[in-house]
Amino acid sequence: MNPISVHHLSKSYGNTKALNSVTFEVNEGEIFGLIGPDGAGKTTLFRLLVTLLLPDCGSAQVLGFDCVKDYKKIRKSVGYMPGRFSLYPDLSVEENLSFFATIFNTTISENYSLIEDIYKQIEPFKARPAGKLSGGMKQKLALCCALIHKPDVLFLDEPTTGVDAVSRKEFWEMLRRIKAQGITIFVSTPYMDEASLCDRVGLMQGGNILSIDTPENIIRKFPHRLLAVRSAETFRLIGDLRECDKINTVYPFGDFLHITPKSPDCDIPEIKDYLEKKAHQHIKISEISANIEDCFMDLMVGQNEEKH
Amino acid sequence: MRTIIFILQKEFLQIFRNRMMLPIIFVMPVIQLLILAHAATYEMKTIRTHIVDLDQSPSSRELVSKFKGSSFYRMVGYSFNYELAEKDIEKGTADLVIQIPQDFEKDLINEKEASISLVINAINGSAASLINAYTLAIVRDYNLNLVTELISRKVKQPIGIEYSYWFNPELNYKTYMVPGILVLLVTIIAFFLSGMNVVREKEIGTIEQINVTPIKKYQFIAGKLIPFWIIAMFELAFGLMVAKLFFDIPIVGSIGLVFGVAAIYLVAVLALGLIISTLSDTMQQSMFLTWFFLVIFILMSGLFTAVDSMPDWARAINIINPIAYFIEIIRMILLKGAGLKNIVHQLTALIIYAFVALSVAVWRYKKVA
Repeated sequence: MNPISVHHLSKSYGNTKALNSVTFEVNEGEIFGLIGPDGAGKTTLFRLLVTLLLPDCGSAQVLGFDCVKDYKKIRKSVGYMPGRFSLYPDLSVEENLSFFATIFNTTISENYSLIEDIYKQIEPFKARPAGKLSGGMKQKLALCCALIHKPDVLFLDEPTTGVDAVSRKEFWEMLRRIKAQGITIFVSTPYMDEASLCDRVGLMQGGNILSIDTPENIIRKFPHRLLAVRSAETFRLIGDLRECDKINTVYPFGDFLHITPKSPDCDIPEIKDYLEKKAHQHIKISEISANIEDCFMDLMVGQNEEKH
Repeated sequence: MRTIIFILQKEFLQIFRNRMMLPIIFVMPVIQLLILAHAATYEMKTIRTHIVDLDQSPSSRELVSKFKGSSFYRMVGYSFNYELAEKDIEKGTADLVIQIPQDFEKDLINEKEASISLVINAINGSAASLINAYTLAIVRDYNLNLVTELISRKVKQPIGIEYSYWFNPELNYKTYMVPGILVLLVTIIAFFLSGMNVVREKEIGTIEQINVTPIKKYQFIAGKLIPFWIIAMFELAFGLMVAKLFFDIPIVGSIGLVFGVAAIYLVAVLALGLIISTLSDTMQQSMFLTWFFLVIFILMSGLFTAVDSMPDWARAINIINPIAYFIEIIRMILLKGAGLKNIVHQLTALIIYAFVALSVAVWRYKKVA
C-alpha cells in the first residue's frame, strides 16, 4: 500500500480548473517533490490530500484512508505545513510547539528525538513570540510543529518559498534526516533547482501532472540536443537566435542561453557563423546536458502545443 | 475533555497576552457606567429659554416668573423681537422660545381666553417632547390660578394628581439605566470578542493548521466560547459591584438569578458572534456585521426608548433581539425583585434562542471547505 495514491482527482473553482484528473502514487519513505510554477494547482492538490478541500471527482487515499470518507483518520496521522506561516504569532516558540503536541495527545518530550536536530537551532529563542522570528526560523518552527506527533506522511506546501538560499539548503538537509526516520515526505516547490534533491518529482502545470520520475530519469529522457550560448549582448542574442530557422527553442539561464537545435546534426560552427554575421562578439557555444528546468520547459511547450 | 482544556489554556494565554485585554475588562465597565449612567439621562435639567414678552402686563410677568422660578428653565434671552428669539433657536443657543402676544392680559380679561406661542427646537425629538410636557405643565398650573383669581369665585380644588412611581420612587434615571448598561457591557464582550477571535484564526491562517488536526468541531467551538463566557460573567460581577458601590443601585431581587439568566443569555450571544464569524473571512467583515446587529439590537432593546412605545412591527423584530430579553429581565430582577416564575416567559425565550443559535453556529462551522 502506497502512502499516497491519487486517481483522476479533479477540482474546479468556478470556471477555473485547478486540478485536471490527476493520477499518481507516492512510494513509502520517499521524498516526492511537486514542481511547478505558481498557479499550477500544487496547493489545491495539497489541500485535497490533507482533507481541507473536497474533490469534484476522482479519489485519493492517504495511508490507505479515503480523503473524503476517512478524513478523521488522515488528520490523526499526517503532518501538514501550509504554504503560509500558520502558527500563533502571539504565542512563544515553546508554547506553539507544546500546543500542537497536546492536541495530538502527545508531548514534546515523547517525540523530541524526531525534532531534536531542528528544534536545537531555534531553542535559544524558545521564549520569543513566533511572529517575531525570522523567516527561516519560522519555517523550522512550523516544521517542528508538523512533526511533533510523529506523522507517517509529511505534507510541506512550498516550505522554502521566501527563504534565503542558505536556509533553503539547510531545510533540505533536514528533510533528508526526517526521511531517514521513515517518514514519507510530499513537498512542493516552485524552485526547479530543488527538484534534484527529491527522490522522485512530478512536474505540474495548469492542473496537470506532466511527468513523474526520478530527477535523473527525467533528465535522461530529455529528447533534444542542448547547447549553451553566450555573447556580449545577451538581449540581442535572444532575438537573433529566436529568428534563426535552425533553432527550436531559446531560454535564458543565468548568463547563458539554452537552445535546442531543430536537427540533431546541426553543428556548433554553423550557429557560430550565423551569430558572427549578426555581429555578435565573444561568442561561446558548448554542448551541455539538460538540467531539470530544461526538461520542464520542454514538457511545458509540449503540453501547450497539444492544447492548440 | 483533555483537548478542550488544552485549547482553553491556549486561548487564555492568548487573551491575556493581548495588552488591550485587561484594560478592556477592568476599565471599560467603570468608564461606561460612569459616563453613560450620568450622561444618558432623560431629565431635562436646563431648558434654555428665550422669552418674548410683548405684553409687559402683570399677568404676563406672572407667567414669566413661573418659568423663572422653575429650576428646569434657564433664561438665555429676553427681548421684544421675535426674530431675535428665532435666531437663538437657529444658532442652537436656545431650546425654547415663549412668545406672549401684545394683548395677552386684555384678551384674558375681555375674551376670557388668550394664547401664547411656544417654539421648541425639535432637533432632538425626545427632548422636544419633554420640553413641551414640562412647559405645558407650568402653563396649566398658571391657568388654574387664573381660573380661581379672575373668576373670583370659589371653585372646588381641581382634581389633584398624586404621583407615586413604583420600583423607582424618585424616578432616578440611574436606577433605570445602570442595569441596562450592565447588559450592554457583557454583550459587547461576548458578541465582539468571540466572533473576532475565530475570524482572527482565519485571517492569520492558523485555522488551516488547526483543521488538519484531530481536534473535533465541538472541542474547537467550546474552546472559543468558554473563555469569553467566563470573562463576560466576571465582567457582570465586576459591573454589578461597581453599580452597587458607585451608584447605589437597588438590588431587590436575587443576584443568583441574574447570573443564572446571564449564563444562558451569554450562550445565545456568543453563538451569534460565532455565526457571524463563520460568515466572514476577515476581521473587517466580522466587525461590520457585528456592529450592524449590535446597533440595531441596542437601539431596539428598550435601553434608551421604551419598547412599549414602538410600533407593532418593531416589537415583532424584538423577538429575535436577545438584548431586549435580558434588559427586561435584569430590570425586573434588580428593581422589582422578580423571581423565577415572573420571568419564566422571557427566560424560556432566551433558552430557545441560545439553543437555536448554538446549533446554527455548530452547523455553520465547517472544517472542510
